[in-house]
Amino acid sequence: MPYTLKPSNAFDIDIETTEYLKDHVDTGDRWVLNFGPQHPATHTTLRLILELDGERVARCTPHIGYLHSGFEKLGEHLDYNQYVTIVSRMNYLSPIANDICWHHAVEKVFGVGLTPRCIVVRTIMAEIARIQDHLLCVGAAALDLGAITGFLYSFNPREKIYDICDFISGQRFHPDWTRVGGAMADLPDEEVFRRMVKDFIHNDLPHALKDLEGLVLRNKIFYDRTVGIGVMTREEAIGWSLSGPLARASGVRRDLRKDEPYLCYADNWDGQGAEAVQFKVPVAEAGDVYARFQVRIEEIRQAVGIIEQLIDRIPGGPMNVFTDSKTTKPPKSEVYGSIEGLIQHFELIMTNRGWEAPIAEGYGANETANGELGYYVVADGSPRAWRVKTRPPSFINYAVVSKMLEGHMLPDVVAVLGSINIVAAELDR
Amino acid sequence: MATASKPNLDHPTFAILKEAFPAITLRGTEYRGQSTLIVEPQDLHKVMTFLKNDPRCDYNFLSDVVGIDYLGYPAPTIGRFAVVYNLCSYERDDRFFVKVFLDPSIPTDGIEEDPALYVDSVCDLWPGAEWTEREVFDMYGIRFRNHPDLRRILTWKEFPAHPLRKDYPLRGRGERETYRVIDRTDA
Repeated sequence: MPYTLKPSNAFDIDIETTEYLKDHVDTGDRWVLNFGPQHPATHTTLRLILELDGERVARCTPHIGYLHSGFEKLGEHLDYNQYVTIVSRMNYLSPIANDICWHHAVEKVFGVGLTPRCIVVRTIMAEIARIQDHLLCVGAAALDLGAITGFLYSFNPREKIYDICDFISGQRFHPDWTRVGGAMADLPDEEVFRRMVKDFIHNDLPHALKDLEGLVLRNKIFYDRTVGIGVMTREEAIGWSLSGPLARASGVRRDLRKDEPYLCYADNWDGQGAEAVQFKVPVAEAGDVYARFQVRIEEIRQAVGIIEQLIDRIPGGPMNVFTDSKTTKPPKSEVYGSIEGLIQHFELIMTNRGWEAPIAEGYGANETANGELGYYVVADGSPRAWRVKTRPPSFINYAVVSKMLEGHMLPDVVAVLGSINIVAAELDR
Repeated sequence: MATASKPNLDHPTFAILKEAFPAITLRGTEYRGQSTLIVEPQDLHKVMTFLKNDPRCDYNFLSDVVGIDYLGYPAPTIGRFAVVYNLCSYERDDRFFVKVFLDPSIPTDGIEEDPALYVDSVCDLWPGAEWTEREVFDMYGIRFRNHPDLRRILTWKEFPAHPLRKDYPLRGRGERETYRVIDRTDA
């Protein structure tokens, strides 16, 4: 027996609390279109209630929370090393960048410094994660706008990145690689690592980048669909708390790697006067969807430059710091070779022991591919954090989507969504 | 490792605020180079307006709004709930935190409106605060006065708790077992 749809005034925006939409539903030619939560262009699950005037978006109400899984509540019940597995699953396009940022914040609160070897490898992996994220973003945007080839071309080099993550951590998608004061393990074989990264940046990536740029950025159809769409001015971008490529495409000169430097982006990172890595921060003035992709492509080039500066300069020495403050797992040679190392290892591994964290709170942020990713960590002296608040770039960048869409056509919704690069797992946490 | 060193309160913004607001209570704290100003809830909007508009402060970027529940925290705090504003100045390249403490006046296991858990919204100063404040409201039940659209954001309207409060258990209160089933007859 066929079931009949109820008339549109019983549409479930009523349930979904949008009081102020009710006044507009009945007026004139306006009609309401429900976009998502299951839609190929929403990438995961997000929902927009579009109030359309003909084919023009009069008002857009985003509804999120479909993937809310209580990550921050979990963070209060897992210790500082365990939580990295959850953090990794937030922005799953570049998981290793989340790992690095999470432990950057924890180390900041703990006051743990890193070994030069760890700093260099973390910087290389952070830049690889940036490439990984931007490749998918540009490719997927092309897919949303009807060009599947660009998507496939951008996915090929991403396979190599997964291989590198697999090599250093044993897991392809969610490496969960960092630990407080270091990494889960030293590089299995430095020479192989170096060869894999060089192979990736010299052989795979340039081809893919050239193809991607030709197919997407210099594509007349793509150009026509993206220029002048979703424009944000510089003042709007700052006021709406945008960060990352979205802000830089609107002319905001801000990059945490330059402004609040950390890892190899800071001078004197090895304690012996090493210079910060050299790179340029691409900034565009147009502020539209096309400019965001231009910025992302240029950031891939700069990331390659950073990796090239570092890949032959990986210092020797241990990966993990071995401190008297008992905050980090000691290297295995210490565990098996000295009684202090064994005790420290034991203290951190046993479930009834753990860190003696400070009773304090602090904020650590990294410039990841989507913008400022930060963690506000409240430590209470126990091995578990009291509160971990993520500053998720997807969430904060997505807040502006209704403003960007006002007055645009229905097909532009997809272009704007693609340019923001929302990752719903990070959006809803 | 819990050796609390004395906070270093020489961040220039503290001095500017002290001079601009001689009459109101301002507290300051610092940890590893990050300075936090603690204000009373009724003074928050005044101080935030000053921080945004005064050319010596010029905090034009609101990075994040963080809610914290201090129920049972080992160190003494001024109130149970806190809202932390993470401010940034692009021109001066400076980060500054502003914190407000609130104490509930009714039991905190439900979603009833608590007149004591109210602060002024800063959406008129930084429009980007809209969603971050909604998240604080959703997770902690702290309401924001003059917010343009204060609805829950990650959970749904009927959800019977504010889940990040410390008195809400990790595995929930059985919401996963006792949900309303909708089938086609009443869809």
